[in-house]
Amino acid sequence: MPRGLSPPGLLFAALGLVALALPFATLRANRIVAGEGVFLWDAAGPGVVAVALAAMIAGLALGLQAARPWWRLGGSLLGLAGLVLVLSRGAGRLLEGAGDLARVSPAAGFWCLLLVLMMLMADALSTLRPGPRLRLVLLAAVLGALALVLTSGALSELSIMQEYRARAEGFRRAAIRHVALAFGSLGAAAAIGFPLGILCHRRARLRGAAIPVLSFLQTIPSLAMFGIMIPVLAWVAATVPGAAEIGIAGIGFAPAFLALLLYSLLPVVANTVAGLNATPPAAVEAARGMGMTDRQRLWGIELPLALPVMLAGLRIVLVQNIGLAVIAGLIGGGGFGTFVFQGLNQTASDLILLGALPTVVLALVSAIVMDILVDFARRTPKRESA
Amino acid sequence: MTAGAVLRAALSLLLVALVVWPQAFAPVFAPFAPEGGPVIYDRVSLLSLSLNHLMLVAAASSLATLVAVTLAIAVTRPAGAAFRPLSRTITNVGQTFPPVAVLALAVPVLGFGAGPTLVALFLYGLLPIFENAMTALSTLPPRTMEAARGMGMGRFQRLWQVELPLAAPVILAGIRLSVVIALGTATIGSTVAARTLGEVIIAGLLTNNTAFVLQGGLIVGLFAVLIYDALTLLERRIARRAGASRRG
Repeated sequence: MPRGLSPPGLLFAALGLVALALPFATLRANRIVAGEGVFLWDAAGPGVVAVALAAMIAGLALGLQAARPWWRLGGSLLGLAGLVLVLSRGAGRLLEGAGDLARVSPAAGFWCLLLVLMMLMADALSTLRPGPRLRLVLLAAVLGALALVLTSGALSELSIMQEYRARAEGFRRAAIRHVALAFGSLGAAAAIGFPLGILCHRRARLRGAAIPVLSFLQTIPSLAMFGIMIPVLAWVAATVPGAAEIGIAGIGFAPAFLALLLYSLLPVVANTVAGLNATPPAAVEAARGMGMTDRQRLWGIELPLALPVMLAGLRIVLVQNIGLAVIAGLIGGGGFGTFVFQGLNQTASDLILLGALPTVVLALVSAIVMDILVDFARRTPKRESA
Repeated sequence: MTAGAVLRAALSLLLVALVVWPQAFAPVFAPFAPEGGPVIYDRVSLLSLSLNHLMLVAAASSLATLVAVTLAIAVTRPAGAAFRPLSRTITNVGQTFPPVAVLALAVPVLGFGAGPTLVALFLYGLLPIFENAMTALSTLPPRTMEAARGMGMGRFQRLWQVELPLAAPVILAGIRLSVVIALGTATIGSTVAARTLGEVIIAGLLTNNTAFVLQGGLIVGLFAVLIYDALTLLERRIARRAGASRRG
């Protein structure tokens, strides 16, 4: 292999060239029938295609530079710009004269190119190892660009955007519900799990009893868990006075919330215990020697030192809950799952995407943000506890 | 016999009974069924649904194990080292993809049925196994590796006789995680028309028949718990053996 070439870069370039030859978009007579593939060179005007193709090939070529990760990052961004360009210019052109109900969606070629360019970006970033602050800036920039592309109307001719416009209000409600389910259960899990974890750390017998029960709960398949919550909460609503008034019912928000909460407890409790166990004995000893009380030691020494591991537990829970909250769509709990399962019922693939893509983005962004928070937590406690 | 063994046996018996003689449980589930509605799911035999479910998981998980371990071996060799940071990032990012979303995204490409479910289970199952296999293979005790080299073992001999046996318990932990996720995701697979036990739960949800929901949920839950437990036992046994050979 010639020196200076990055092996992953070569792989991406090869995969990218293959992806260029796959159907780039699909044109369908209406939203549910099977469509026909449109290749990249037919997807937009010749000028646009030439520019976009040049951008993507140049991007993949920049990705070959093993020693220059910033160039590789730039290459992935250049390629992505080309990709968006064809898609935005091509959709309107393909729809011309194709009938009122016709729909254009990205096809295998687009998704493969997107994947390859994202992997190039990920590879460049894993070599660059940016610090938490820079990562935050990069994330904000990428999200800003995404928001700009979506709100500019450049992609408004795409089928998925038409599905969105048909239910913009429902989408807003689903987004709020999804976030409420995922973050609400996260908050509740933290409120219960942190104290429980601290107790488990101090009492071995409680730990021996609690951890197996919580791991048992985690193994129950999500659909079964959501299903079992329904009769339980219906019974609570029917027998506990006042429960029905505060919105507890057998279907909807309450069973989904409770199921998510039960899944969340193990990572929170286990990581709290692991974090507290890992506090250096010398630090605890020193605190005891200084005459700190139990409570002072917990708040001043042990918890700040355990914070990164505890936050890592919250990261697991958040990502897990954002994914599991999709299932709430099956039991009337709302959230993006509503669109996923509606789309599956109607075999409308763009409606499925309307539910699945925001879920994936939300999970990804949450994971990145939590990783950044964990990094910040790793750096600060030294100063605070000094 | 320990309490754990008794519980294990009792749960296994309960599971077999639920799957093979579901009618026997009619009085138990009757209070949850709607007035005059069916109590026991009998559109398809529970046994065939269970076998289908388990076969789907077994096929996806064994394929995932094969591919993931091969990939992990590849990136832990000197020639594959350039791919290591990338593969770590992919596993990290990939695991943030919700299993349900992976399943839903497979449908537009592959259509309905067992196909997309199998692909989703396979893709999602790769990640925990690959992650564990890579960690295990890249953190082997350097002294043991040195000794194996000093004994004049070739590269393949070292891989088969030293590295893989030592890494086995950690790899198995990844497989266990992956199987449990696959069991759960296969349940959701019934929303894309794969014949799995999720069908019973979904039928219950659609017809407001809590008896079905409980029946399906109980069977799937018992399968998951018992398989998880069995794999944990296997893992402990292998770890003990690896530990013994490490000392010997």
